[in-house]
Amino acid sequence: MTALAVPVETEERTSERSDRIVDLVQRQGALAVLVVVVIIAAAAFPNFRGYDNAGTILIAAAPPALIALGMTFVIITGGIDLSVGSLYVLGGVVSAYASKWGFLPALLVPLALCGLVGVVNGVLIAYTRMAPFIVTLAALLGARGLMRALSNEGSTTYLVGDDGFRSFGTGSFLGIGYPVWLVAVVFVLGMVLLSRTRFGRSVYAVGGSEDAASLMGVAVRRTKVTVYVMSGLLAGLAGGINAAKLGSGVTVLGTGMELDAIAAVVIGGTLLTGGAGTIAGTIAGVLLLGVIQNMINQVGNVPSSYQQVISGAFLAVVVVAQTYLVKLRRRT
Amino acid sequence: MPILEVTDVSKVFPGVRALDGVSFALQPGEVHALVGENGAGKSTLIKLLTGVYQPDGGELRYRDEPARFATPMDAQRAGISTIYQEVNLVPLMSVAHNLFLGREPRNAFGLVDERRMIREASEILVRYGVTTDVRRPLGTMALGAQQMVALARAVMVDAKVVIMDEPTSSLEPREVETLFGVIRDLHARGIGIVYVSHRLDELYQICDAVTILRDGKVVHTGKLAELERIKLVSLMLGRDMSAVRREGFTGFAGDHTGAADAPPVLRVTGLSSRHRLHDISFAVRPGEVVGLGGLLGAGRSETIKAIGGAYPVDAGEIEVGGRTLKNPTPVRAVQAGIAVQPEDRKAEGIVAGLSIRENIALAVLPRMARWGLVSDRRIDKIVDTYMTRLRIKASGPDQRVGDLSGGNQQKVLLARLLATQPRVLLLDEPTRGIDVGAKAEVQALIDELAADGLGVVLVSSDAEELVEGADRVVVLRDGAVVGELTGTNVTTEALLETIAAAAVSSEEPHDN
Amino acid sequence: MTTEALVRRPTFDRAWLPKYGVYAAIVLLVLYNVAFTPNFLAWSNLRIQLVQVAPIVIVALGMALVIGTEGIDLSVGSVMALAAALIPLYLGYGVIAAILVSLVAGVVVGLINGVLVARVGLQPIVATLALFVGGRGLALVISHGQLKDVRNDDLIFLGSGDFLGLPMLVWIAALLVLVVAFVVRRTVFGRRLLAVGGNRAATELAGVPVKRVLIGVYVLCAVLASIAGLLAVARIQSSDASSVGLLIELSAITAVVVGGTPLTGGKVRVLGTVAGALLMQLVIATMIKHNLQPSTTEMAQAVIILVAVYAARERKSR
Repeated sequence: MTALAVPVETEERTSERSDRIVDLVQRQGALAVLVVVVIIAAAAFPNFRGYDNAGTILIAAAPPALIALGMTFVIITGGIDLSVGSLYVLGGVVSAYASKWGFLPALLVPLALCGLVGVVNGVLIAYTRMAPFIVTLAALLGARGLMRALSNEGSTTYLVGDDGFRSFGTGSFLGIGYPVWLVAVVFVLGMVLLSRTRFGRSVYAVGGSEDAASLMGVAVRRTKVTVYVMSGLLAGLAGGINAAKLGSGVTVLGTGMELDAIAAVVIGGTLLTGGAGTIAGTIAGVLLLGVIQNMINQVGNVPSSYQQVISGAFLAVVVVAQTYLVKLRRRT
Repeated sequence: MPILEVTDVSKVFPGVRALDGVSFALQPGEVHALVGENGAGKSTLIKLLTGVYQPDGGELRYRDEPARFATPMDAQRAGISTIYQEVNLVPLMSVAHNLFLGREPRNAFGLVDERRMIREASEILVRYGVTTDVRRPLGTMALGAQQMVALARAVMVDAKVVIMDEPTSSLEPREVETLFGVIRDLHARGIGIVYVSHRLDELYQICDAVTILRDGKVVHTGKLAELERIKLVSLMLGRDMSAVRREGFTGFAGDHTGAADAPPVLRVTGLSSRHRLHDISFAVRPGEVVGLGGLLGAGRSETIKAIGGAYPVDAGEIEVGGRTLKNPTPVRAVQAGIAVQPEDRKAEGIVAGLSIRENIALAVLPRMARWGLVSDRRIDKIVDTYMTRLRIKASGPDQRVGDLSGGNQQKVLLARLLATQPRVLLLDEPTRGIDVGAKAEVQALIDELAADGLGVVLVSSDAEELVEGADRVVVLRDGAVVGELTGTNVTTEALLETIAAAAVSSEEPHDN
Repeated sequence: MTTEALVRRPTFDRAWLPKYGVYAAIVLLVLYNVAFTPNFLAWSNLRIQLVQVAPIVIVALGMALVIGTEGIDLSVGSVMALAAALIPLYLGYGVIAAILVSLVAGVVVGLINGVLVARVGLQPIVATLALFVGGRGLALVISHGQLKDVRNDDLIFLGSGDFLGLPMLVWIAALLVLVVAFVVRRTVFGRRLLAVGGNRAATELAGVPVKRVLIGVYVLCAVLASIAGLLAVARIQSSDASSVGLLIELSAITAVVVGGTPLTGGKVRVLGTVAGALLMQLVIATMIKHNLQPSTTEMAQAVIILVAVYAARERKSR
């Protein structure tokens, strides 16, 4: 093609630098706050500083991190998955149940079951155009019902029968629990998937503008189904890891877990409206909530209910700040 | 041998035959204009060609074989690319990612090769005159540049046919030149182009052939050079050529006898909003229709919204009937007697899910109520009045507005504005997307309202409508007033000259 | 463009299901129970069902209004907990004072939600998520995480007394249903609320104080939730911030959605919402009577929600 002399480019924004700064704050804000909070905690609580405590924080954060990872993908497509809390518990129960058949079943059965629920979620959302909110709300109830049905209305707690699986949950390497290593590997895979593959680009495109994405040839439905399946799988994996850690499939946990995950993702700078977000931000968000929890435990006699108050306040502050940053950006 | 051809196709929607036995043939290397009024069937035809709709009857042939495109993607894979009126890309994603979405270059591990993608994107876009950092989000670029990215993307897929739906509606004159350069290049490479535009000048500048649609039928097809301009317009409008010459193109009666010495009902002084509006001043007297002219992005809609309190203002004064409107918000503006008809009827005008009654009464509910309780009797009275006066065609006041035709929706919106008993009416493209009959009615209504003593501000991209409807035209460019046409000077030629002159003299980069 | 010229005819074939489906389902379920469930029509049974459904109805009314503006309020359960936690603290100043304080707590929470949604511009789900997380925590902090007995005759009357043969709870719920129905149909506020949900930008341009309407809706929702909270305390005669209103947001959203109010806003079905709550209550009761486990009930609930939303989902219009 012949080169055309007339330049078209007419810049909308004049102040590119301030734009970059706002962008940086939005992306790395959670990380910055995390650093500050960790410094404060380290100064205030001698016990916080130890290598062991870091391991404690990480192992506690492992299951929520997996759930938040799946949620990040879903939210970037502009959706939401409320079923992950229930799936997490369901995964734990079936993992403990299946552990009597060995290590692999304990890991794979929850993945299969929760992945299946993810398929149902994804298909309903992608093909019937029902709101993700309501479909996954129904899945929340359904999965909880299923979990209770499998555990005699929640009264039976299956113990993990496989020693290998149990030691996977409790053992550690270099002072860091095996589950944390597994989660780290999954996160690296997730990052590559989101930022360096065509699938990852289509996740952003679907969330950024579904109509445009479909006109540009993105397989919108397949992308949507995939992210809900991923979310289900990761919730199941989180449940399995938790079962291995605790040595049993506890039936009473997991209420509100989905909302914690959403909070972590949002704090990490992912836009709930879809189309933008990073996994690095989600890690920062998860760790931030974990560190706050840990700090409250350090104080000792503070009731755990304070943690909820602080998390809630934190969430409000972060999302309000985020909204103002976005507005600021539009104005410049 | 045509590269893309439809023979005798029809498309029926519930209640309307959108296309009726239409035949259309595109030759390779031909730029074929597709023209017609809104509702004539252009969009439907394009959607049939690109796999959005399936024809109810007739045949589609592509590259000499019967073809069937189940989805837009099918058509695209076969080599038919479309550039839509609104840019259909993802604003939050980077320019490079938009350009390459789904075709990203990959490295040996199957991962996206970002560096190569960015390099190639820059190289490709330079040829379209876009020299920005391709890592920036697309949404931060000007609309014209976005359009060029869309065009580059469309051509990249090894297209045999490119369909352009009003590609210049958001472009600067300079950008139009670049676009035409690209089109000539495609033409030379034997690619067939379907070009949809309302701008006659452009058609005659770039197109070889023309097909004119009216009411879902083809009324003319042939070489464009052999078709006189006035003949084209009369074919489009379905009006007698001599009548078009005599009466003009619109339903406006002519000048209004607004009292030339009466104090203005609306006075705008030094209105500024950062980046968008710069020191805009004008005044409207009662009974006068003042047009706001200019190209898309000149700041016409922003000016109107700013006066209506719906657009942030940094400086300037708005006076209604001699009283200053302080800290304008929509609520205060309505109270002061300003009524705004927004450009985008569906997004900002009607509430589609509510009834005609609720839509008309929406702005005046407090007046229809006592102690917060609504009186349906009072509402019915004004709804009746306006439905009759504006000749709103509906099964009754309880019909959902979303189920009405475009013209009737617009009338419902106007009824809502009039119910507030405004002193100033700000109309942004009042006849866009409505059928010819309703268009004439709306135009006649504007005349009538001005005669009743309202001050009217009229924005229209249709030069004829603006010139024939307005007594004076204030011309904007880049958010500033660049000229004013008065008296016998209010002609299409003068308007276009003023816009064109401003375009040449303006050195500042446009910040659309 | 072309489609603009079309007159879209309303389709009647599918519209009846979201509109009347919930009533049909109730009738069917009642008939089934009359035939197959022993003692279903016994007054003691009906009474229990009504008392159990009353708080859900009250919360669902507020939720319906919020959903009518295309919003959602996740914080209702936490508001109930807050109201419940405050009651024993202020009972010393008299029952009126205690009730007023818990209502004021509702107003405050509603104001926060409303300001976050209307002025800051947060998505409702995030805005109310903050108080969902923090609200119950605050309630637990206030009550030191302890269950407190509430022995006040006036409150006990509200919670378990009868008036003209019907429980007070049912009277209060019925009264609130009438009030909300009246607000939606007959007041300026109600009509504006529907317009905001239908098209916020258009309503704003029409000169309607949209932000005020939105804040009002969230306040109303939270106040209704706090009423439900204090009634819960009155009924069980104790205040337990950790359990009052737990997961009620799900029941309320379910009732609203099953009742045919679309999640896309612009429409509020008050009676449908009541019917939705009744239907879910009937489903649960029927299953319990027939010795089905709560787990089955939950799965059935999931299916009912999906069916209701599927039936009412947006027609593919564009």
